[in-house]
Amino acid sequence: MIENRPILNMVSHAVLIFGVIIVALPIWITFVAATHDPVRMTQAPIPMLPGGYFWENFKQTLFGGGLSGTESAPVWRMLLNSLMMALMISFGKIAISLLSAFAIVYFKFPFRMGFFWLIFITLMLPVEVRILPTFEVVADLGMLNSYWGLSIPLIASATATFMFRQVFLTIPDEMLESARIDGAGPLRFFWDILIPLSRTNIAALFVILFIYGWNQYLWPLLITTETDMTTIVMSIKQMLEAAEQSPQWNIIMMTALLAMIPPVFVVVAMQRLFVQGLTETDK
Amino acid sequence: MLKRVHFPTSLLPYLLVAPQVIITLVFFVWPASQAVYQSFLIEDAFGISTEFVWFENFSYLASDEQYLGTFGRTIFFSVCVAVLSMSAALLLAGFADRIVRGATTYRTLLIWPYAVAPVLAGALWVFMFNPTLGIFPYILEFVGIDWNHYLNGSHAMMLVIFAAAWKQIAYNFLFYLAAMQSIPRSLIEAAAIDGAGPVRRFWDHIFPLVSPTTFFLLVINAVYAFFDTFGIIHAVTQGGPANATTILVYKVYNDGFVGLDLGGSAAQSVILMVLVIAMTVVQFRYVERKVEY
Repeated sequence: MIENRPILNMVSHAVLIFGVIIVALPIWITFVAATHDPVRMTQAPIPMLPGGYFWENFKQTLFGGGLSGTESAPVWRMLLNSLMMALMISFGKIAISLLSAFAIVYFKFPFRMGFFWLIFITLMLPVEVRILPTFEVVADLGMLNSYWGLSIPLIASATATFMFRQVFLTIPDEMLESARIDGAGPLRFFWDILIPLSRTNIAALFVILFIYGWNQYLWPLLITTETDMTTIVMSIKQMLEAAEQSPQWNIIMMTALLAMIPPVFVVVAMQRLFVQGLTETDK
Repeated sequence: MLKRVHFPTSLLPYLLVAPQVIITLVFFVWPASQAVYQSFLIEDAFGISTEFVWFENFSYLASDEQYLGTFGRTIFFSVCVAVLSMSAALLLAGFADRIVRGATTYRTLLIWPYAVAPVLAGALWVFMFNPTLGIFPYILEFVGIDWNHYLNGSHAMMLVIFAAAWKQIAYNFLFYLAAMQSIPRSLIEAAAIDGAGPVRRFWDHIFPLVSPTTFFLLVINAVYAFFDTFGIIHAVTQGGPANATTILVYKVYNDGFVGLDLGGSAAQSVILMVLVIAMTVVQFRYVERKVEY
Protein backbone atom coordinates (compact mmCIF):
# COMPACT_ATOMS: atom_id res chain seq x y z
CA MET A 1 0.00 0.00 0.00
CA ILE A 2 1.51 3.26 -1.09
CA GLU A 3 -0.87 5.78 0.40
CA ASN A 4 -3.93 5.52 2.55
CA ARG A 5 -7.02 6.22 0.51
CA PRO A 6 -10.00 4.65 2.25
CA ILE A 7 -12.47 5.66 -0.46
CA LEU A 8 -10.35 4.19 -3.23
CA ASN A 9 -9.96 1.00 -1.22
CA MET A 10 -13.71 0.73 -0.93
CA VAL A 11 -14.06 1.34 -4.66
CA SER A 12 -11.47 -1.36 -5.31
CA HIS A 13 -13.36 -3.90 -3.24
CA ALA A 14 -16.64 -2.86 -4.83
CA VAL A 15 -15.26 -3.32 -8.36
CA LEU A 16 -13.71 -6.67 -7.48
CA ILE A 17 -16.90 -7.92 -5.84
CA PHE A 18 -18.85 -6.81 -8.88
CA GLY A 19 -16.35 -8.67 -11.08
CA VAL A 20 -16.69 -11.82 -8.97
CA ILE A 21 -20.49 -11.59 -9.25
CA ILE A 22 -20.32 -11.25 -13.04
CA VAL A 23 -17.93 -14.17 -13.29
CA ALA A 24 -19.95 -16.34 -10.92
CA LEU A 25 -23.43 -15.47 -12.18
CA PRO A 26 -23.62 -18.15 -14.91
CA ILE A 27 -22.62 -20.80 -12.39
CA TRP A 28 -25.11 -19.55 -9.82
CA ILE A 29 -27.92 -19.72 -12.34
CA THR A 30 -26.82 -23.21 -13.33
CA PHE A 31 -26.81 -24.32 -9.73
CA VAL A 32 -30.22 -22.82 -9.05
CA ALA A 33 -31.65 -24.44 -12.17
CA ALA A 34 -30.34 -27.79 -10.96
CA THR A 35 -32.29 -27.49 -7.70
CA HIS A 36 -35.78 -27.06 -9.10
CA ASP A 37 -38.37 -29.43 -10.48
CA PRO A 38 -38.94 -29.62 -14.24
CA VAL A 39 -42.29 -27.83 -14.10
CA ARG A 40 -40.87 -24.78 -12.34
CA MET A 41 -38.11 -24.64 -14.98
CA THR A 42 -40.60 -24.08 -17.79
CA GLN A 43 -42.08 -20.91 -16.30
CA ALA A 44 -40.52 -17.54 -17.03
CA PRO A 45 -38.88 -15.88 -15.27
CA ILE A 46 -36.70 -18.68 -14.03
CA PRO A 47 -35.99 -18.66 -10.28
CA MET A 48 -32.92 -16.95 -8.85
CA LEU A 49 -32.95 -18.77 -5.51
CA PRO A 50 -32.32 -22.50 -4.97
CA GLY A 51 -35.24 -24.87 -4.66
CA GLY A 52 -35.53 -28.18 -2.85
CA TYR A 53 -35.02 -30.69 -5.65
CA PHE A 54 -31.25 -30.91 -5.66
CA TRP A 55 -30.97 -34.56 -4.53
CA GLU A 56 -33.80 -35.79 -6.72
CA ASN A 57 -32.22 -34.18 -9.75
CA PHE A 58 -28.82 -35.42 -8.69
CA LYS A 59 -30.00 -39.03 -8.44
CA GLN A 60 -32.01 -38.89 -11.63
CA THR A 61 -29.11 -37.40 -13.55
CA LEU A 62 -26.37 -39.60 -12.23
CA PHE A 63 -28.10 -42.98 -12.20
CA GLY A 64 -31.18 -42.50 -14.35
CA GLY A 65 -30.89 -42.38 -18.11
CA GLY A 66 -30.21 -38.66 -18.08
CA LEU A 67 -32.88 -37.00 -20.16
CA SER A 68 -36.04 -38.99 -20.52
CA GLY A 69 -36.92 -39.80 -24.09
CA THR A 70 -33.35 -39.79 -25.38
CA GLU A 71 -31.01 -42.66 -25.81
CA SER A 72 -27.80 -41.97 -24.02
CA ALA A 73 -25.39 -43.61 -21.63
CA PRO A 74 -25.96 -43.01 -17.92
CA VAL A 75 -24.15 -39.97 -16.63
CA TRP A 76 -21.86 -41.92 -14.30
CA ARG A 77 -20.59 -43.79 -17.35
CA MET A 78 -19.85 -40.51 -19.14
CA LEU A 79 -18.03 -39.19 -16.08
CA LEU A 80 -15.95 -42.35 -16.06
CA ASN A 81 -15.14 -41.95 -19.77
CA SER A 82 -14.13 -38.33 -19.22
CA LEU A 83 -11.96 -39.29 -16.28
CA MET A 84 -10.25 -42.05 -18.25
CA MET A 85 -9.61 -39.75 -21.19
CA ALA A 86 -8.29 -36.92 -19.01
CA LEU A 87 -5.99 -39.23 -17.04
CA MET A 88 -4.67 -41.03 -20.12
CA ILE A 89 -3.96 -37.75 -21.87
CA SER A 90 -2.19 -36.19 -18.89
CA PHE A 91 -0.13 -39.24 -17.90
CA GLY A 92 0.66 -40.04 -21.52
CA LYS A 93 1.80 -36.51 -22.29
CA ILE A 94 3.93 -36.30 -19.17
CA ALA A 95 5.54 -39.71 -19.78
CA ILE A 96 6.51 -39.27 -23.41
CA SER A 97 7.60 -35.65 -22.89
CA LEU A 98 9.84 -36.58 -19.96
CA LEU A 99 11.48 -39.31 -22.01
CA SER A 100 12.10 -37.23 -25.10
CA ALA A 101 13.29 -34.20 -23.13
CA PHE A 102 15.71 -36.48 -21.28
CA ALA A 103 17.06 -37.84 -24.57
CA ILE A 104 17.44 -34.39 -26.12
CA VAL A 105 19.16 -32.79 -23.14
CA TYR A 106 21.38 -35.62 -21.89
CA PHE A 107 22.42 -37.50 -25.02
CA LYS A 108 24.43 -36.57 -28.04
CA PHE A 109 23.22 -38.55 -31.01
CA PRO A 110 22.76 -38.04 -34.76
CA PHE A 111 19.53 -36.23 -35.76
CA ARG A 112 19.07 -34.92 -32.23
CA MET A 113 18.05 -31.48 -33.50
CA GLY A 114 15.95 -33.07 -36.24
CA PHE A 115 13.86 -34.81 -33.61
CA PHE A 116 13.66 -31.61 -31.64
CA TRP A 117 12.18 -29.72 -34.60
CA LEU A 118 9.84 -32.57 -35.39
CA ILE A 119 8.42 -32.25 -31.88
CA PHE A 120 8.29 -28.48 -32.27
CA ILE A 121 6.04 -28.86 -35.32
CA THR A 122 3.23 -30.30 -33.20
CA LEU A 123 2.83 -26.84 -31.70
CA MET A 124 1.72 -25.59 -35.09
CA LEU A 125 -0.82 -28.31 -35.83
CA PRO A 126 -3.67 -28.17 -33.34
CA VAL A 127 -6.32 -30.81 -33.83
CA GLU A 128 -8.75 -28.25 -35.22
CA VAL A 129 -6.72 -27.67 -38.39
CA ARG A 130 -6.20 -31.31 -39.33
CA ILE A 131 -9.52 -32.77 -38.27
CA LEU A 132 -10.47 -34.83 -41.29
CA PRO A 133 -7.16 -36.56 -42.10
CA THR A 134 -6.48 -37.33 -38.43
CA PHE A 135 -9.94 -38.82 -38.19
CA GLU A 136 -9.15 -41.02 -41.20
CA VAL A 137 -5.89 -42.23 -39.63
CA VAL A 138 -7.65 -43.14 -36.39
CA ALA A 139 -10.42 -44.88 -38.33
CA ASP A 140 -7.86 -46.86 -40.37
CA LEU A 141 -6.12 -47.95 -37.19
CA GLY A 142 -9.44 -49.19 -35.82
CA MET A 143 -9.28 -46.90 -32.82
CA LEU A 144 -12.74 -45.34 -33.11
CA ASN A 145 -14.85 -45.72 -29.98
CA SER A 146 -11.95 -46.64 -27.74
CA TYR A 147 -10.03 -44.93 -24.97
CA TRP A 148 -6.90 -45.23 -27.11
CA GLY A 149 -8.49 -43.33 -29.94
CA LEU A 150 -9.72 -40.68 -27.52
CA SER A 151 -6.34 -40.05 -25.96
CA ILE A 152 -3.34 -41.08 -28.07
CA PRO A 153 -3.78 -38.63 -30.97
CA LEU A 154 -3.77 -35.78 -28.43
CA ILE A 155 -0.78 -37.02 -26.49
CA ALA A 156 2.14 -35.55 -28.43
CA SER A 157 2.95 -32.17 -26.97
CA ALA A 158 5.69 -29.71 -27.74
CA THR A 159 4.94 -27.48 -24.76
CA ALA A 160 5.44 -30.25 -22.21
CA THR A 161 8.68 -31.35 -23.87
CA PHE A 162 9.94 -27.77 -23.88
CA MET A 163 9.06 -27.32 -20.26
CA PHE A 164 10.91 -30.44 -19.15
CA ARG A 165 13.85 -29.49 -21.33
CA GLN A 166 13.95 -26.15 -19.52
CA VAL A 167 13.76 -27.86 -16.14
CA PHE A 168 16.54 -30.32 -16.98
CA LEU A 169 18.79 -27.54 -18.22
CA THR A 170 18.65 -25.86 -14.80
CA ILE A 171 19.78 -29.02 -13.02
CA PRO A 172 23.53 -28.64 -12.29
CA ASP A 173 25.97 -30.80 -14.24
CA GLU A 174 27.57 -31.95 -11.01
CA MET A 175 24.50 -34.09 -10.41
CA LEU A 176 25.22 -36.19 -13.44
CA GLU A 177 28.97 -36.28 -12.76
CA SER A 178 28.53 -37.55 -9.24
CA ALA A 179 25.84 -40.00 -10.30
CA ARG A 180 28.16 -41.44 -12.90
CA ILE A 181 31.02 -41.70 -10.43
CA ASP A 182 28.66 -43.62 -8.19
CA GLY A 183 28.05 -45.94 -11.11
CA ALA A 184 24.51 -44.94 -12.13
CA GLY A 185 23.51 -45.64 -15.70
CA PRO A 186 21.27 -43.31 -17.74
CA LEU A 187 18.00 -44.93 -16.72
CA ARG A 188 18.96 -45.05 -13.07
CA PHE A 189 19.93 -41.37 -13.23
CA PHE A 190 16.63 -40.53 -14.93
CA TRP A 191 14.50 -42.46 -12.47
CA ASP A 192 16.30 -41.66 -9.21
CA ILE A 193 17.49 -38.11 -9.79
CA LEU A 194 15.69 -36.34 -12.63
CA ILE A 195 12.16 -37.46 -11.80
CA PRO A 196 12.35 -36.57 -8.08
CA LEU A 197 13.94 -33.21 -8.93
CA SER A 198 11.16 -32.26 -11.35
CA ARG A 199 8.33 -33.47 -9.14
CA THR A 200 6.63 -30.10 -8.64
CA ASN A 201 6.87 -29.33 -12.35
CA ILE A 202 5.24 -32.65 -13.13
CA ALA A 203 2.45 -31.91 -10.66
CA ALA A 204 1.91 -28.43 -12.07
CA LEU A 205 1.77 -29.77 -15.59
CA PHE A 206 -0.62 -32.48 -14.52
CA VAL A 207 -3.14 -29.90 -13.30
CA ILE A 208 -3.08 -28.09 -16.64
CA LEU A 209 -3.23 -31.27 -18.71
CA PHE A 210 -6.04 -32.77 -16.67
CA ILE A 211 -8.19 -29.74 -17.44
CA TYR A 212 -7.13 -29.82 -21.08
CA GLY A 213 -8.02 -33.50 -21.34
CA TRP A 214 -11.31 -33.27 -19.47
CA ASN A 215 -12.50 -30.34 -21.56
CA GLN A 216 -11.78 -31.87 -24.98
CA TYR A 217 -14.84 -31.51 -27.15
CA LEU A 218 -14.30 -31.65 -30.91
CA TRP A 219 -12.13 -34.75 -30.86
CA PRO A 220 -14.43 -37.02 -28.80
CA LEU A 221 -17.36 -35.68 -30.80
CA LEU A 222 -15.80 -37.05 -33.98
CA ILE A 223 -14.49 -40.41 -32.91
CA THR A 224 -17.18 -41.68 -30.57
CA THR A 225 -20.32 -42.95 -32.24
CA GLU A 226 -21.36 -45.45 -29.57
CA THR A 227 -23.29 -43.96 -26.69
CA ASP A 228 -21.20 -45.99 -24.24
CA MET A 229 -18.09 -44.00 -25.12
CA THR A 230 -19.47 -40.47 -24.95
CA THR A 231 -17.85 -38.06 -22.55
CA ILE A 232 -19.73 -35.82 -20.17
CA VAL A 233 -18.64 -32.62 -21.89
CA MET A 234 -19.96 -33.91 -25.21
CA SER A 235 -23.29 -34.95 -23.76
CA ILE A 236 -24.25 -31.36 -22.94
CA LYS A 237 -24.53 -30.54 -26.60
CA GLN A 238 -26.79 -33.51 -27.27
CA MET A 239 -28.96 -32.49 -24.34
CA LEU A 240 -29.21 -28.93 -25.64
CA GLU A 241 -30.43 -30.31 -28.94
CA ALA A 242 -33.00 -32.46 -27.18
CA ALA A 243 -34.01 -29.44 -25.12
CA GLU A 244 -35.45 -27.79 -28.19
CA GLN A 245 -38.26 -30.35 -28.16
CA SER A 246 -38.77 -31.04 -24.47
CA PRO A 247 -36.87 -28.74 -22.18
CA GLN A 248 -35.69 -30.38 -18.98
CA TRP A 249 -33.39 -27.66 -17.88
CA ASN A 250 -33.06 -29.00 -14.36
CA ILE A 251 -31.43 -32.20 -15.67
CA ILE A 252 -29.34 -30.41 -18.30
CA MET A 253 -27.98 -27.94 -15.77
CA MET A 254 -27.31 -30.69 -13.25
CA THR A 255 -25.29 -32.50 -15.91
CA ALA A 256 -23.43 -29.29 -16.69
CA LEU A 257 -22.70 -28.89 -13.00
CA LEU A 258 -21.39 -32.46 -12.74
CA ALA A 259 -19.27 -31.90 -15.85
CA MET A 260 -17.55 -28.83 -14.48
CA ILE A 261 -17.05 -29.86 -10.86
CA PRO A 262 -13.96 -32.08 -11.34
CA PRO A 263 -11.81 -29.59 -13.31
CA VAL A 264 -12.95 -26.62 -11.21
CA PHE A 265 -12.14 -28.56 -8.06
CA VAL A 266 -8.68 -29.35 -9.41
CA VAL A 267 -8.01 -25.68 -10.20
CA VAL A 268 -9.23 -24.34 -6.87
CA ALA A 269 -7.69 -27.06 -4.70
CA MET A 270 -4.32 -26.92 -6.43
CA GLN A 271 -4.26 -23.23 -7.16
CA ARG A 272 -0.56 -22.72 -6.58
CA LEU A 273 0.40 -25.60 -8.86
CA PHE A 274 -2.16 -24.46 -11.41
CA VAL A 275 -0.71 -20.95 -11.61
CA GLN A 276 2.80 -22.37 -11.83
CA GLY A 277 1.80 -24.78 -14.59
CA LEU A 278 0.01 -22.11 -16.58
CA THR A 279 2.88 -19.64 -16.54
CA GLU A 280 5.53 -22.28 -17.21
CA THR A 281 3.92 -23.96 -20.18
CA ASP A 282 2.86 -20.85 -22.04
CA LYS A 283 5.92 -18.68 -21.75
CA MET B 1 20.67 -27.05 -25.57
CA LEU B 2 22.87 -30.00 -24.73
CA LYS B 3 24.44 -30.59 -21.35
CA ARG B 4 28.19 -30.15 -21.17
CA VAL B 5 28.31 -33.49 -19.42
CA HIS B 6 26.25 -36.04 -21.27
CA PHE B 7 25.84 -39.72 -21.94
CA PRO B 8 27.63 -41.36 -24.87
CA THR B 9 25.81 -42.23 -28.06
CA SER B 10 23.90 -45.48 -27.95
CA LEU B 11 20.60 -46.93 -29.00
CA LEU B 12 18.94 -45.65 -25.83
CA PRO B 13 18.20 -42.04 -26.86
CA TYR B 14 16.42 -43.28 -29.97
CA LEU B 15 14.24 -45.52 -27.85
CA LEU B 16 13.52 -42.58 -25.55
CA VAL B 17 12.34 -40.23 -28.27
CA ALA B 18 10.57 -43.01 -30.18
CA PRO B 19 7.11 -42.79 -28.55
CA GLN B 20 6.79 -39.07 -29.06
CA VAL B 21 8.25 -39.14 -32.56
CA ILE B 22 6.02 -42.00 -33.68
CA ILE B 23 2.88 -40.31 -32.36
CA THR B 24 3.95 -37.04 -33.96
CA LEU B 25 4.53 -38.70 -37.33
CA VAL B 26 1.36 -40.79 -37.33
CA PHE B 27 -1.12 -38.30 -35.89
CA PHE B 28 0.40 -34.93 -36.76
CA VAL B 29 2.77 -34.92 -39.70
CA TRP B 30 1.01 -37.53 -41.83
CA PRO B 31 -2.52 -36.05 -41.42
CA ALA B 32 -1.17 -32.56 -42.05
CA SER B 33 0.53 -33.67 -45.25
CA GLN B 34 -2.68 -35.45 -46.25
CA ALA B 35 -4.56 -32.21 -45.72
CA VAL B 36 -2.09 -30.40 -47.96
CA TYR B 37 -2.39 -33.14 -50.60
CA GLN B 38 -6.19 -33.21 -50.47
CA SER B 39 -6.32 -29.46 -50.82
CA PHE B 40 -5.06 -29.94 -54.38
CA LEU B 41 -7.80 -32.43 -55.23
CA ILE B 42 -11.42 -32.13 -56.22
CA GLU B 43 -13.66 -35.11 -55.63
CA ASP B 44 -16.91 -35.55 -57.51
CA ALA B 45 -20.16 -35.62 -55.60
CA PHE B 46 -20.25 -39.41 -55.31
CA GLY B 47 -16.64 -39.86 -54.22
CA ILE B 48 -15.86 -42.04 -57.23
CA SER B 49 -13.17 -40.06 -58.99
CA THR B 50 -10.76 -37.39 -57.88
CA GLU B 51 -8.93 -34.89 -59.99
CA PHE B 52 -5.68 -33.12 -59.27
CA VAL B 53 -6.39 -29.44 -59.72
CA TRP B 54 -3.41 -27.57 -58.26
CA PHE B 55 -4.62 -24.40 -56.60
CA GLU B 56 -8.20 -24.41 -57.81
CA ASN B 57 -9.59 -25.03 -54.33
CA PHE B 58 -7.64 -22.05 -53.05
CA SER B 59 -8.56 -19.70 -55.86
CA TYR B 60 -12.16 -20.77 -55.41
CA LEU B 61 -11.95 -19.87 -51.72
CA ALA B 62 -10.28 -16.56 -52.53
CA SER B 63 -13.23 -15.58 -54.70
CA ASP B 64 -15.90 -17.18 -52.53
CA GLU B 65 -17.75 -14.38 -50.81
CA GLN B 66 -19.04 -16.68 -48.11
CA TYR B 67 -15.50 -17.72 -47.19
CA LEU B 68 -14.21 -14.15 -47.22
CA GLY B 69 -17.16 -13.16 -45.08
CA THR B 70 -16.26 -15.93 -42.64
CA PHE B 71 -12.71 -14.66 -42.56
CA GLY B 72 -13.79 -11.13 -41.72
CA ARG B 73 -16.26 -12.42 -39.16
CA THR B 74 -13.57 -14.51 -37.46
CA ILE B 75 -11.32 -11.47 -37.14
CA PHE B 76 -14.17 -9.36 -35.78
CA PHE B 77 -15.06 -12.10 -33.30
CA SER B 78 -11.44 -12.51 -32.16
CA VAL B 79 -10.88 -8.78 -31.72
CA CYS B 80 -14.09 -8.43 -29.70
CA VAL B 81 -13.26 -11.42 -27.48
CA ALA B 82 -9.70 -10.26 -26.90
CA VAL B 83 -10.59 -6.63 -26.19
CA LEU B 84 -13.55 -7.45 -23.97
CA SER B 85 -11.87 -10.09 -21.83
CA MET B 86 -8.50 -8.35 -21.66
CA SER B 87 -9.91 -4.99 -20.62
CA ALA B 88 -12.12 -6.60 -17.98
CA ALA B 89 -9.13 -8.56 -16.70
CA LEU B 90 -6.89 -5.48 -16.73
CA LEU B 91 -9.43 -3.50 -14.72
CA LEU B 92 -9.88 -6.26 -12.15
CA ALA B 93 -6.15 -6.94 -11.88
CA GLY B 94 -5.47 -3.22 -11.46
CA PHE B 95 -7.77 -3.07 -8.46
CA ALA B 96 -6.67 -6.43 -7.06
CA ASP B 97 -3.05 -5.25 -7.22
CA ARG B 98 -3.92 -2.32 -4.91
CA ILE B 99 -5.47 -4.51 -2.27
CA VAL B 100 -3.17 -5.89 0.37
CA ARG B 101 -5.57 -8.12 2.24
CA GLY B 102 -7.84 -10.50 0.37
CA ALA B 103 -6.11 -10.36 -3.00
CA THR B 104 -5.67 -14.14 -3.03
CA THR B 105 -9.32 -14.66 -2.13
CA TYR B 106 -10.36 -12.58 -5.12
CA ARG B 107 -7.92 -14.51 -7.26
CA THR B 108 -9.47 -17.82 -6.19
CA LEU B 109 -12.94 -16.50 -6.94
CA LEU B 110 -11.94 -15.18 -10.36
CA ILE B 111 -9.75 -17.90 -11.87
CA TRP B 112 -11.97 -20.95 -11.95
CA PRO B 113 -13.89 -20.22 -15.19
CA TYR B 114 -10.64 -21.29 -16.83
CA ALA B 115 -11.56 -24.86 -15.90
CA VAL B 116 -14.99 -24.73 -17.54
CA ALA B 117 -15.05 -26.39 -20.95
CA PRO B 118 -15.93 -24.01 -23.83
CA VAL B 119 -19.00 -26.04 -24.73
CA LEU B 120 -20.22 -25.83 -21.13
CA ALA B 121 -19.63 -22.09 -21.09
CA GLY B 122 -21.75 -21.97 -24.22
CA ALA B 123 -24.47 -24.03 -22.56
CA LEU B 124 -24.59 -21.75 -19.51
CA TRP B 125 -24.88 -18.61 -21.61
CA VAL B 126 -27.43 -20.07 -23.96
CA PHE B 127 -29.54 -20.93 -20.93
CA MET B 128 -29.24 -17.45 -19.44
CA PHE B 129 -30.22 -15.91 -22.76
CA ASN B 130 -32.89 -18.43 -23.72
CA PRO B 131 -35.54 -16.23 -25.39
CA THR B 132 -38.49 -17.76 -23.57
CA LEU B 133 -36.99 -18.67 -20.19
CA GLY B 134 -33.68 -16.91 -19.76
CA ILE B 135 -33.16 -14.29 -17.13
CA PHE B 136 -31.55 -11.71 -19.42
CA PRO B 137 -34.19 -11.63 -22.17
CA TYR B 138 -36.69 -11.19 -19.34
CA ILE B 139 -34.80 -8.14 -18.05
CA LEU B 140 -34.09 -6.81 -21.54
CA GLU B 141 -37.79 -6.82 -22.32
CA PHE B 142 -38.27 -3.99 -19.83
CA VAL B 143 -35.95 -1.76 -21.86
CA GLY B 144 -37.71 -2.74 -25.05
CA ILE B 145 -35.20 -5.19 -26.50
CA ASP B 146 -36.70 -8.32 -27.93
CA TRP B 147 -33.78 -10.72 -27.53
CA ASN B 148 -33.73 -13.73 -29.81
CA HIS B 149 -30.40 -15.15 -30.84
CA TYR B 150 -32.10 -17.90 -32.84
CA LEU B 151 -33.36 -15.33 -35.31
CA ASN B 152 -31.19 -12.28 -34.93
CA GLY B 153 -27.64 -12.62 -36.23
CA SER B 154 -26.11 -9.80 -34.22
CA HIS B 155 -27.71 -11.09 -31.03
CA ALA B 156 -26.17 -14.51 -31.76
CA MET B 157 -22.77 -12.94 -32.38
CA MET B 158 -22.97 -10.97 -29.13
CA LEU B 159 -23.89 -14.08 -27.21
CA VAL B 160 -20.92 -16.14 -28.46
CA ILE B 161 -18.60 -13.18 -27.83
CA PHE B 162 -19.87 -12.89 -24.24
CA ALA B 163 -19.48 -16.61 -23.60
CA ALA B 164 -15.99 -16.74 -25.12
CA ALA B 165 -14.79 -13.61 -23.33
CA TRP B 166 -16.26 -14.72 -20.00
CA LYS B 167 -14.25 -17.92 -20.08
CA GLN B 168 -11.02 -16.13 -20.94
CA ILE B 169 -11.17 -13.42 -18.24
CA ALA B 170 -9.66 -15.82 -15.70
CA TYR B 171 -6.58 -16.49 -17.78
CA ASN B 172 -5.96 -12.85 -18.63
CA PHE B 173 -6.53 -11.78 -15.03
CA LEU B 174 -3.96 -14.24 -13.76
CA PHE B 175 -1.27 -13.03 -16.15
CA TYR B 176 -2.02 -9.33 -15.60
CA LEU B 177 -1.98 -9.73 -11.83
CA ALA B 178 1.34 -11.61 -11.94
CA ALA B 179 2.83 -8.92 -14.19
CA MET B 180 1.64 -6.09 -11.95
CA GLN B 181 2.91 -7.76 -8.81
CA SER B 182 6.36 -8.13 -10.33
CA ILE B 183 6.70 -4.35 -10.87
CA PRO B 184 9.15 -3.03 -8.25
CA ARG B 185 7.25 -1.22 -5.52
CA SER B 186 9.91 1.51 -5.35
CA LEU B 187 9.00 2.64 -8.86
CA ILE B 188 5.36 3.16 -7.99
CA GLU B 189 6.29 4.76 -4.66
CA ALA B 190 8.59 7.22 -6.41
CA ALA B 191 5.74 8.17 -8.72
CA ALA B 192 3.46 8.64 -5.74
CA ILE B 193 6.00 10.90 -4.02
CA ASP B 194 6.18 12.98 -7.19
CA GLY B 195 2.48 13.55 -6.80
CA ALA B 196 1.00 11.10 -9.31
CA GLY B 197 -2.44 9.92 -8.21
CA PRO B 198 -3.63 6.34 -8.56
CA VAL B 199 -5.19 6.87 -12.01
CA ARG B 200 -2.13 8.66 -13.32
CA ARG B 201 0.15 5.97 -11.93
CA PHE B 202 -1.92 3.29 -13.59
CA TRP B 203 -1.87 4.81 -17.07
CA ASP B 204 1.64 6.28 -17.01
CA HIS B 205 3.50 3.55 -15.14
CA ILE B 206 1.70 0.31 -14.58
CA PHE B 207 0.03 0.02 -17.98
CA PRO B 208 3.23 0.66 -20.00
CA LEU B 209 5.18 -1.68 -17.73
CA VAL B 210 2.78 -4.56 -18.32
CA SER B 211 2.69 -3.97 -22.09
CA PRO B 212 4.81 -7.10 -22.79
CA THR B 213 2.07 -9.06 -21.04
CA THR B 214 -0.57 -7.24 -23.07
CA PHE B 215 1.17 -8.23 -26.28
CA PHE B 216 1.61 -11.81 -25.16
CA LEU B 217 -2.04 -12.03 -24.17
CA LEU B 218 -3.14 -10.55 -27.49
CA VAL B 219 -1.50 -13.45 -29.31
CA ILE B 220 -2.82 -16.05 -26.86
CA ASN B 221 -6.35 -14.62 -27.01
CA ALA B 222 -6.27 -14.54 -30.79
CA VAL B 223 -5.27 -18.20 -30.90
CA TYR B 224 -7.98 -18.99 -28.36
CA ALA B 225 -10.67 -17.14 -30.29
CA PHE B 226 -9.62 -18.70 -33.58
CA PHE B 227 -9.35 -22.31 -32.50
CA ASP B 228 -10.64 -23.06 -29.01
CA THR B 229 -14.07 -21.53 -29.39
CA PHE B 230 -15.43 -24.30 -31.59
CA GLY B 231 -17.34 -25.77 -28.65
CA ILE B 232 -19.02 -22.46 -27.84
CA ILE B 233 -20.18 -21.90 -31.41
CA HIS B 234 -21.29 -25.50 -31.80
CA ALA B 235 -23.35 -25.45 -28.61
CA VAL B 236 -24.79 -21.94 -28.84
CA THR B 237 -25.59 -21.22 -32.46
CA GLN B 238 -24.22 -23.95 -34.75
CA GLY B 239 -22.88 -21.17 -36.90
CA GLY B 240 -26.32 -19.69 -37.44
CA PRO B 241 -28.60 -17.94 -37.91
CA ALA B 242 -27.77 -17.77 -41.61
CA ASN B 243 -24.03 -18.22 -40.97
CA ALA B 244 -23.94 -15.12 -38.76
CA THR B 245 -21.60 -16.84 -36.29
CA THR B 246 -19.73 -19.24 -38.57
CA ILE B 247 -16.03 -18.78 -37.88
CA LEU B 248 -13.16 -20.41 -39.78
CA VAL B 249 -12.73 -23.48 -37.56
CA TYR B 250 -16.44 -24.10 -37.59
CA LYS B 251 -16.52 -23.86 -41.37
CA VAL B 252 -13.71 -26.41 -41.76
CA TYR B 253 -15.68 -28.84 -39.61
CA ASN B 254 -18.98 -28.08 -41.28
CA ASP B 255 -17.73 -28.31 -44.87
CA GLY B 256 -15.71 -31.43 -44.15
CA PHE B 257 -17.93 -33.52 -41.88
CA VAL B 258 -21.38 -32.23 -42.69
CA GLY B 259 -20.97 -30.97 -46.26
CA LEU B 260 -18.40 -33.64 -47.23
CA ASP B 261 -16.51 -31.22 -49.46
CA LEU B 262 -13.11 -32.80 -48.81
CA GLY B 263 -10.97 -30.66 -51.10
CA GLY B 264 -12.51 -27.40 -49.96
CA SER B 265 -12.29 -28.34 -46.31
CA ALA B 266 -8.67 -29.43 -46.73
CA ALA B 267 -7.79 -26.15 -48.45
CA GLN B 268 -9.34 -24.30 -45.50
CA SER B 269 -7.32 -26.48 -43.12
CA VAL B 270 -4.14 -25.52 -44.94
CA ILE B 271 -5.00 -21.83 -44.66
CA LEU B 272 -5.62 -22.32 -40.93
CA MET B 273 -2.29 -24.10 -40.58
CA VAL B 274 -0.52 -21.15 -42.17
CA LEU B 275 -2.31 -18.87 -39.69
CA VAL B 276 -1.27 -20.98 -36.70
CA ILE B 277 2.31 -21.09 -37.91
CA ALA B 278 2.32 -17.30 -38.33
CA MET B 279 0.91 -16.81 -34.84
CA THR B 280 3.41 -19.23 -33.32
CA VAL B 281 6.29 -17.43 -35.02
CA VAL B 282 5.04 -14.06 -33.77
CA GLN B 283 4.67 -15.48 -30.28
CA PHE B 284 8.16 -16.92 -30.20
CA ARG B 285 10.10 -14.23 -32.01
CA TYR B 286 8.54 -10.94 -31.07
CA VAL B 287 6.59 -11.32 -27.87
CA GLU B 288 9.58 -11.45 -25.56
CA ARG B 289 11.76 -8.97 -27.41
CA LYS B 290 9.90 -6.18 -29.13
CA VAL B 291 7.98 -4.62 -26.29
CA GLU B 292 10.57 -3.67 -23.73
CA TYR B 293 11.21 -0.77 -21.47
